[in-house]
Amino acid sequence: MNGPLSVVTIVAALVLAVWYLLRSALNRAPSRFDLLAAAVFSALVAVLVVIAVAGLFGDSRPTDTATFGGYLVTTIAFVPVGAYLARMEPTRWGSLILGIACLVVPVLVLRLQQIASVTGA
Amino acid sequence: MPEASTRPQDAALGSGLGRVLLLVYGIFALSASARALVQITTKFSEAPLAYLLSAFAGLVYISATVGLAVGGTRGRLIALVSCSIELIGVLAVGILSIADAVDFPDDSVWSRFGSGYGYVPLVLPFIGLWWIWRHRPRLETPA
Repeated sequence: MNGPLSVVTIVAALVLAVWYLLRSALNRAPSRFDLLAAAVFSALVAVLVVIAVAGLFGDSRPTDTATFGGYLVTTIAFVPVGAYLARMEPTRWGSLILGIACLVVPVLVLRLQQIASVTGA
Repeated sequence: MPEASTRPQDAALGSGLGRVLLLVYGIFALSASARALVQITTKFSEAPLAYLLSAFAGLVYISATVGLAVGGTRGRLIALVSCSIELIGVLAVGILSIADAVDFPDDSVWSRFGSGYGYVPLVLPFIGLWWIWRHRPRLETPA
């Protein structure tokens, strides 16, 4: 969970968030490119989550497995839900939705890292 | 761009900025109730008052989310009541958690005005109420 992929995910989330917030500030609706970027980013997050799930079967299972699982489900679903809402909102607010979704992902990843670092093993 | 300000008066409560609010309220509905669930099932006796408030906050966020999503007269009323309770809640719990830190260890969404959540819980009801107020039903029929 603390590997370079987490760092890449957080950096990508922040870069995308800045982009979407800028688009929203300039009164731009999410473009095809924006939604595509969200889809690619969702895939990146999905890889991170799958690796974390695979890690659950290893020897360093987090003590609070239930909470960890809850955060994993939230993390993998988050950007797709945001993109779904943004697609229904072809205005500047759609861009803001994508921006907020990308801002929340780093928080989720950091929480996952916190929970993962407490292992009962 | 001018078209941003010409939002039709009868546009749905859950569109435009309302859809952003829907997402943010959804996030808080999820995080507050999930947090309360974990707290109540694992360590309820440590701070029952704070954890019950966590659960209550979760319910308030859920009903606000539902109200925004449902829209119409009823949805607007649900959202209005929820946001009002939310505002009172975050202010009351915020003040109490500073004045009486024993009963309120740093453990709920509203503790210390939501500082653990970037003070978003403090700002959110104001934006929510402003948005609902902007969507108050107009009696006069537009010409």
